[in-house]
This record gives sequence, C-alpha cells and structure tokens, in this order.
Amino acid sequence: MTEERVPAVEMRGIDKRFAMVQALDKVNLRVEKGTIHALLGENGAGKSTLMKILYGLYAADSGEILINGQPAEIKSPKAAIDLSIGMVHQHFMLVQNFSIAENIVLGSEPVKGLGVLDRAAISQEISAFATKYGLDVDPEELIQDVSVATQQRVEILKALYRGAEILILDEPTAVLTPQEIDSLFKTLRSLKEEGKTIIIITHKLKEIKAVADYCTILRRGVFIDTVRVDSVTEAELAEKMVGREVKLSTEKAKIERGEALLKIRDLYVDDERKIEQVSGVSLDVHAGEIVALAGIDGNGQSELIDAITGLRKAKSGSISMAGVDIYNQPPAKVHQAGLKTIHEDRHRRGLVLDFTVAENTVLERYEEQEFSGQGIGVLNWANIRRYAQSLIKRFDIRPADAAAKKARQLSGGNQQKIIVAREVDQNPHLLIACQPTRGLDVGAIEFVRKELVAQRDAGKGIFLVSFELDEVLDLADRILVIYAGEIVAELDPKATTETEIGLYMSGAKRDSLSEEAYDA
Amino acid sequence: MLKRFLKNSYSSIVLALLFGFVSGAIILAIAGYSPAEAYGIMFKTVLSKPKYIAQIIVNAAPIILTGLAVAFAYNTGLFNIGAEGQYVAGTIVAAMLGHYLPLPAVIHPIFILIVAFIAGGLLGALAAWLKNRFGIHEVISTIMLNWIIFYINNFLANHPKIKVPGSVHSPEIRPSASLLFVSKEFLRSDSGRELIKAKPVLGQIIRTPLSWGIPLAIVLGIVYWFILKKTRLGYTMRAVGLNKDAAEFSGIPVKKNVFSSMFFAGGAAGLAGAIVVLSYGLYISTLGAQEGYGWDGISVSLIARANPIACIFSGILFAFLRFGGQMIQSRIQAPTEIINIMIGSIVLAIAVSGLLPRLADYLERREKSNV
Repeated sequence: MTEERVPAVEMRGIDKRFAMVQALDKVNLRVEKGTIHALLGENGAGKSTLMKILYGLYAADSGEILINGQPAEIKSPKAAIDLSIGMVHQHFMLVQNFSIAENIVLGSEPVKGLGVLDRAAISQEISAFATKYGLDVDPEELIQDVSVATQQRVEILKALYRGAEILILDEPTAVLTPQEIDSLFKTLRSLKEEGKTIIIITHKLKEIKAVADYCTILRRGVFIDTVRVDSVTEAELAEKMVGREVKLSTEKAKIERGEALLKIRDLYVDDERKIEQVSGVSLDVHAGEIVALAGIDGNGQSELIDAITGLRKAKSGSISMAGVDIYNQPPAKVHQAGLKTIHEDRHRRGLVLDFTVAENTVLERYEEQEFSGQGIGVLNWANIRRYAQSLIKRFDIRPADAAAKKARQLSGGNQQKIIVAREVDQNPHLLIACQPTRGLDVGAIEFVRKELVAQRDAGKGIFLVSFELDEVLDLADRILVIYAGEIVAELDPKATTETEIGLYMSGAKRDSLSEEAYDA
Repeated sequence: MLKRFLKNSYSSIVLALLFGFVSGAIILAIAGYSPAEAYGIMFKTVLSKPKYIAQIIVNAAPIILTGLAVAFAYNTGLFNIGAEGQYVAGTIVAAMLGHYLPLPAVIHPIFILIVAFIAGGLLGALAAWLKNRFGIHEVISTIMLNWIIFYINNFLANHPKIKVPGSVHSPEIRPSASLLFVSKEFLRSDSGRELIKAKPVLGQIIRTPLSWGIPLAIVLGIVYWFILKKTRLGYTMRAVGLNKDAAEFSGIPVKKNVFSSMFFAGGAAGLAGAIVVLSYGLYISTLGAQEGYGWDGISVSLIARANPIACIFSGILFAFLRFGGQMIQSRIQAPTEIINIMIGSIVLAIAVSGLLPRLADYLERREKSNV
C-alpha cells in the first residue's frame, strides 16, 4: 500500500447532466503528482465540463473528488484555489487597462498603511516571481499592450501567485504561434520540474506527444482510457478519441490549376474604429487550387474576407471574380458572381439558429422558382423539405430527421455540414472557407477537408483561411501568410515547415513580394 | 405525467390562466370581497346574456389588431411599442375622412380602412427608417412617436375649424362611412323596433355596435400568419429578425425587411383605430391620457406568444377579462384595480410559463439524483 504514490487529483465516478444531455457518465480521472496530464477528447466529450467541476464552476451530480488523497468538496473556484488548484481559461480573464503586476495580485494586493497600494513592492515581487518560473514579463506593462502569449503567461503567473500546485489549462495552444507553443511547453516542463501538477485540455494529438506524460481520453462523456503517452502513437490516440480509425491527412491528387478566378489588387480595408487592418493586399486564386491564407487571428483576415464578401466597404483597391467587378458590392451581387463563403462565425453569419434546418438550406436560394414560385412568392414547403432531405442524405447530416429540427439543436459538426452542404451544392466557381473546421471533432474535420479537396478536384477555386497550421499544410496547394494586414510570404507547402510559416506569422520574417507579380 | 404536462405549451397557458385567477381571488379576498361572488358574476352573468357576449366581441376587434401589430413585428425581431400611436393615427384618418370626404356607402369605409392602414403603416415604417438610417432603437422611437401622434390628435380635435362648438371632439363621421352591421337609423325606424320586439335575443345583439371590425380582425390574423409562415416575404422578414447578420450575409436586404415588417405591423394598428371610429367611436376627441389599445396589444401578443392566429383568441380572452372586470366592479363595487391586477398576473404568468419546461427538466434531474 505504502508503495503507491498518492495522486494529486483523483476523480471517481463523476456524473454530470445538462437538461437533455449526459455530459459525463461515471468518469474517472487519476493524475499523478508532478506530471503533465493531457485530457483528450472531441468537442462535447466532456473535457471542459470535467475540469470545470474540478475547479468548482460546476457541481457534479454524483461522484467524489480527492485532492492529494483527501476527499474534497469543491463548491466554488474559491474553494479550488484554497486547495491549490489554479485554472487558465481558454478566454483570458484579465483587466485590460491594468498592468500585468496589478492583474496578478488582483484580489490579494499587498497594501501599506490605510489600504494604499504599494506599487513598487508589487512590481518588484512580481518581477522576482516571474523570473523564478522563467516566465518573462514586464510587470509595468498594461495588458491591452501585450501579446496573447504574454497574456497567457500572466494567467499562469496569476494562478501560481495564488499558490497553485495543480494547474489546469484549457486549450492553451489555440491562440498561439508554433514558436509561442514551444515556449509554453518549455514553461510547462519547468513547472513540472518544480513539482507542479499540470492538466491540459486539448484535442491536438501532436501536442500531447510533445509535452504530456499521461493522457486520459474521453468520448461522449465516457471515460475510455488513460495511457502513458510514450507508449502510444498519434494514430492510436486518434482512434481511441473517435472510436474508429481515422485518416490524419487528406489525400489529394495532383491537378493543373486553371485561370485566375478571384483577383484582388492593392486592397485597403479599415475596421469599424477606422484603423487600417488590410494594407495593400494583392492575391489571385485560380480554378483548381486551394490557396491557404495562414496567419494568427486578428491580422486582418476577417476584414479582408468581409470586404470580399460585401459585408464591409473597402477603402481602396479592386476585387474581381471571374472577370466581374465585385469591389464594394452587396453580398447578393457577390453570390451572383459565383463566389460562396463558409463564414468563420457559423452561428452569427452562417446559420439562423432558430430556423429549422430546412429553412437554413434555402437561405440563399429561397427566391428560386423551385422554392417560392412567382408572383407574391408563396413558399413551396414540400420542395424545400425535399431539398433539405436530399442534402441531409448526401452530406450525412445527423440526425436523419434533422430537416424539421432547429439548427440550434444540432451538434457543431452537423451545423457546419449544413453550411458546407448549402454552399457547395450551389456549385460556386470559388469557395471561401474561413476556419471551416474550427471547433469540430475529428470525424467532421475529415469530412469538411475531403469536401474542400473534392471541390478543388472538380475545378473550383478554394480560398482557405485558417489559423491551424496542420490544416494549411495538409490542404493547400499554395500558402500565403498574412501579418499585420499584409501578405508577407508566398510558400510552397511541400517546401516549407511549420517553423518557417510560424516565423512569418509572428512577423519575425518577411519576404518582399514583388508587386510586378500581380499585373493589374 | 406532470413533466409531460409542464412541457406542453397549451397546458402551460392553462396553468398560467389558473395562476392568474387564483392570485386574483387572493387579492379579492384580501380586499374584503368574495372571490366566488366576483367570479360568479364574471362567468355566469357575463356569459349568460348574448348582448354581453356581443359586446365582448366588439371590444375584442381593436385589441386583436393592435395585438397583431405587436406580434407581427415581434416575429421579425422588432419590438413595436408604437401600436398606440399607430392606432391613434388610424382614428385621425377615419374621423377626418369619415366626416369631410363625401363618398358613397360601402366604398367610403373601404377607402378609409385602406388609408388608415397606410397611415398606421407609414408611422411604423418611420420608426423602421429611423432604425435603418440612424440606428435608433425602435422601442425608443415608437414611444416618442406615440406622444407626437397623441398631441397631433389633440391639436386636431381642438382646432377651431374642426371641433364641434362647445365640445372637445371633432364632428361625427357620415353614416355612409359606418362599419356597423345594423345601422342606427334602422334601429330607430319602425321596422327596426318591430324586429327588436319580435326577436328579443337578436334585438339585444344588434343593439350593440357589432361591426365588420371583428371579421376583419380575424381575417387579418390569418393573413398575417400566412405572410409570416408561407411567403417569401415572411421568410426573409423572420430571417432578418432571428439573425440579422446571417440574413445579410446570405444576401437578404436587411433594411428593406425591417421597413416592410414595421409597415405591416403599424398597418394593423391603424386599422384598429379606423374600426373603432367607424363602428362606435364616431369622432376623435381631446385625449387626457393615452387610450391604451396599443398597450393592451402588447399583452394580447404576449398571451398569444406572438402567434398571429392565437392573437384572435387571446384578444377575445382579454376583452372578456376586461368586460368581466367592469361587471364585477359595477355589481359588487370592487375596484377595477383588482381586476387589472388579476389580468396582470395572468399575463405575467404566461410570460414566465416559458420556464415550465425547464422546471420539468429540473424535477427530472432531482428524481434521478434521489435514486
């Protein structure tokens, strides 16, 4: 008995139910002290729910939690902090116009005299504290002025400052460049050396292989397995996560690209605060090729796409689609030119969530004779339903009776399938796909990627905007990197590496792209 | 059993009604009146006389229409608080054209109804324009417009060239503009009197101002339902209402749809105003306070859960509660406030009855964890 080490965290038989969904079904988790433990699962597998229970944000319906062998009742984050548990959320919870030091000490500020903040002491303390953990921050800087990666370091420091021995990180790499990910992993390893216990939530297999010691896999709220990471391959992990064999890369035939469809020249776009976000972008997308736009979120991608699709007025430049001028044209005109878009924000732009699936399938086609006849436009519900049914069947949207269900009731993957089905079925010349697989599980990702490649093989042009380098490298025939509103590199996916792309994405490197490459 | 009952939307409305009546009873009891007696009057007395029922139907017509004005907009994501002003616009049009415009019978009221619809509609559309052009929320603009129309009404009703000397109202509409089924002239004539004597029940009914208002309100309820659920226009308006951003991205013109929606919404309320004037209101008078038809419309729409066809029934229910309340007041001298509290409780209960399915879920979970 004495031989066995007491685990830092042990969760036994955790049950959690939300309204109609069994989010967790008798889940067990055992995390050894001083290890990095990954929690792997598709979306909706219950990873975040399990961690939110551990951090006191949710109450489990049943089950027990032991911290360092002691039964614990964690009713609030406060209770979790008292038990030396810290959590870094996916979306940071920092005060934008406070300094880094102020954010870290928030809630336990050292004061002198009658409650006056001792700023000097705080800065000094945080400096020393950060150095101790090898986390490089300037305590005086304001949060609003620092990068996302730094904000994440601040969140980690905040948790450590509150005495965290067990640190939970929710999808920590989602917002980082490859270089930043490396540096985060370095930090995590040194924290492990310090004897801290780290749990990271993720669905990226490569990262688990890179940093974790153990991995617990959940599938649809059920505990599947806990494995030693060095004893399994990525493919095995994927299989455990999805429940079947999965292809981690998409097969792609070599084809000749055709004429240029989408032509953008010298485009400048402001955001709503009149700050320039796209600064002189020129690019072409040809028929029969997938052009991927790589970049970190917030480098002008959204503004660029909004300007192309007619949602935002550009300041200057030109955009044409198959010879038709679509510069600053409304969305309907852009559609007519044969350009369709899978928008990055499917809930806001892609679907009317409170419409039925059938209603959503004709969102861009309701005016066609088949769906609303002529004259006053009485909708032909029989045809709309039949059409929706055909898409549901062809694109394997689930459940099979989804047509009459509200889009809101479907899973994220199936919602995305509705959009892909709708856009692809309209047979566009060019398809813009923005973050088409974000938040999807492996099965749905596989489906969407295959469909994009199929469209390319059918001679369509694909313009893919993605923050996921895996996806970019897997799908693209040509990679453009955007940084601070400018295209800083054009790369051949076969001749480049993630590291190289990462350097361009972070602005550390840039090519001077010859303007002559694009004759106006 | 209970859970399924709670999840059903019809039963939740029944529960809400029950809750309203029970809280009304408690309040009556606290105030020292017998709830049994009060409800006895409300149900037995009111429902026993055809003339009372006819009167309820007469009263229901305008609030069904203002209910539609709110419900239609609500289905397209807009909150039309302006039904009150749109209603008043309809009354102004009806009183003015009803008196000053000489037109033959039948054509006269039809023409007025069309113009009143357009007047109410344009007033609604004005709020839509303010929203589209300047981003002013329709709740703010419609409330303000209510007051503007209110004072225009008072200005006109009080204008020396318009008002009847020695009064505070405009002259009566011409008989040719009336919407009544049975004209007052006929009731006063010999054959009319004979008919009333020979058939007392029918006589009672035809002496109420029963008019084309109610069939019109019912038809409009069905038409609005049809527009929303079955037509291209309704589809785009709902898409804009439920998710403006997705609609815009799909190429649906957002502003145009907001405009149309507020036009249809305002039109219904304008029609309500015309129906009241052309049936029994007969003129516009200086108003001391807002008449409340528009506000009742919000309640009617709420009870109907913004379904245009359900508005027909909830309008009748609302008219019944109001009328019953007046009867209770006159028979046992219970203050109308109590009746209003009861009506308010019902509306409130229906508003929160959307929570009942969640209550069912909660019960389900609790059962599980107790096992």
